[in-house]
Amino acid sequence: MSTFVEEKDKLPGWNRPPVIEPDGDGELLEVAMGPHHPSTHGVFRMDVALDGERVIRLKPVFGYLHRNHEKLGEGMSYLGSMPFTDRLDYMCPLTNNWAYALAVEKLTGQEVPERAEYLRVILGELTRVVNHASAIGFLIQEMGASGTPLMYAFKQREKILDLFEALTGARMMVNYMRFGGCRVDATPAWLGAVRKVLDDLPQFADEFENLLRGNEILMARTQGVGILRPELAVNAGVTGPMLRASGVNYDIRKVDGYGIYNRFKFRVPLGEHWDVYDRFMIRLLEMRESFGIIDQALKDIPGGPIMDPKAKLRGFRPKPGEAYGRIEGPKGELGFYLISDGGPNPYRYRIRPPSLINLTVLEDMCLGSNVADVVLIFGSVDIVLGEVDR
Amino acid sequence: MLGEGILKGLGETARNFAGSFVSAERLTTIQYPEERAAPIEATRDFPFLVYDGADWEAGLRCVACQICEKECPPKCIYIVKSTDKKPDALGKPQIYPTRFDIDISVCMSCQICVEVCPFEAIKMDTEFELSTTDRFGGLLYDREQLARSNEYYHTIHPTEAAEVDARLAEEKAKAEAKAKAAAVAAAAKAAAGPAAPKPAAAAAAGAPAASAPAVKASEGEKQG
Repeated sequence: MSTFVEEKDKLPGWNRPPVIEPDGDGELLEVAMGPHHPSTHGVFRMDVALDGERVIRLKPVFGYLHRNHEKLGEGMSYLGSMPFTDRLDYMCPLTNNWAYALAVEKLTGQEVPERAEYLRVILGELTRVVNHASAIGFLIQEMGASGTPLMYAFKQREKILDLFEALTGARMMVNYMRFGGCRVDATPAWLGAVRKVLDDLPQFADEFENLLRGNEILMARTQGVGILRPELAVNAGVTGPMLRASGVNYDIRKVDGYGIYNRFKFRVPLGEHWDVYDRFMIRLLEMRESFGIIDQALKDIPGGPIMDPKAKLRGFRPKPGEAYGRIEGPKGELGFYLISDGGPNPYRYRIRPPSLINLTVLEDMCLGSNVADVVLIFGSVDIVLGEVDR
Repeated sequence: MLGEGILKGLGETARNFAGSFVSAERLTTIQYPEERAAPIEATRDFPFLVYDGADWEAGLRCVACQICEKECPPKCIYIVKSTDKKPDALGKPQIYPTRFDIDISVCMSCQICVEVCPFEAIKMDTEFELSTTDRFGGLLYDREQLARSNEYYHTIHPTEAAEVDARLAEEKAKAEAKAKAAAVAAAAKAAAGPAAPKPAAAAAAGAPAASAPAVKASEGEKQG
């Protein structure tokens, strides 16, 4: 009888994980890294089989933070799920709001006014800056640079979170977007404050690059480590900076052009070496592209309403049907899939979390590397456990 | 040169370290209990109930319609309706909540209750130092603990409160105008009471005039 892997070998496009043979005749050491390991920033376990320092097998175990989000969403009104989406990927709540609002708007066929679209772009790109800066900070911290780069990133993040608070009322749990627009309008003073923060951002990116880019220790630790081949990345459904670091040109802002993204000029950085260093650099470069998008949006933002006048806040019943709203979240393709049976709450509510799907290739990237590199490769995936387990 | 990148990075940290002595902008933290960051106007924490006037119980705007209770995502609001009615701010008899509890240990500060409230009766507070030693009762607020005056609302969210007041004044003016019109109509009816046949005759006279265009329209259809 053939094994599962042998069966799979016959399929075209199936990338068999390389089998690492232990050398010598020592026994394998099985280690449970996590659920409370400092590198996992959350509760996540990796069951690793080691031959000395080399990783022979790695099994990711998740579910420690399961909160029943999807089932809860089926039990409450469409509006009621909106604040819960903030708590999925709590580093970037605004993009979660956006993806969910997009799915419901597709379901009900609502239009979003111009001004609200621009506000969404500004907020979404600010979120991307926050996420990428802190992702790099965490990655470097896992390398041993305890604190400094992370604190530099958080210093900048705090300024952007103050902007979020001034507009939405909360730093992280924003609950800002609504079906058919946004909740509150931005004042000219707020847009001025965004402009002021934006003017400082390139300087921050320069500072961050000076601090890290040429660092010999960083290069020695990251270059050639955790290689993810583009074929495997595509087959596994990896998206976001991870996929682009593997050299695949796929950005939903370009491909789908949701919202008004086809009006903005920006470039999509791609990696050449598919390793951890590329993932780090892609995030730095994407941050700089985001500055450009915010700049263009601030210049063009029109006046007018921020809510579709026909939009209902509560008690609406979409026609039976299904909708899938997806956006390019900071971590990858974030999608919300909704099925309506004509009732006031969704019949099925499903999330495609980029963090979870990017994590599925962890074993393939880690096989054969040292234990210390596992921490680093895991950090380069950039996950938030709130979104992995939901 | 090997180590150039590290030295460059260290130069950056040295610049930040030295800079923090001269530039206040590089100092990002504050000593919390003694120093406080400037409050941001839009900040929200937990809900409170707004009342007008001096007496909190008489002035509560809430009419116990229970929309917030129904829409609250974590279901932290508990309302009991009154069986009798008492006059509200407009003088209209209304049902009021005999119990209005919010468990703020469950509340997630999403402000959906504020958005769905048709009476501007529930708003978000900015108070965040709410720690208590009582694990169970201490965070379950009843309506007396939740009641805050409209003046207090003006001090924490001035812009928003001014908008709400303007909207309420407009509604009140509309209601008063309507009441006045109703009173005038009632008075006219009372005055016309003895001479009842007259308006009836007028109505009878008006009826054919009103139906005439309809007849015309149906004729037009036939022609078309």
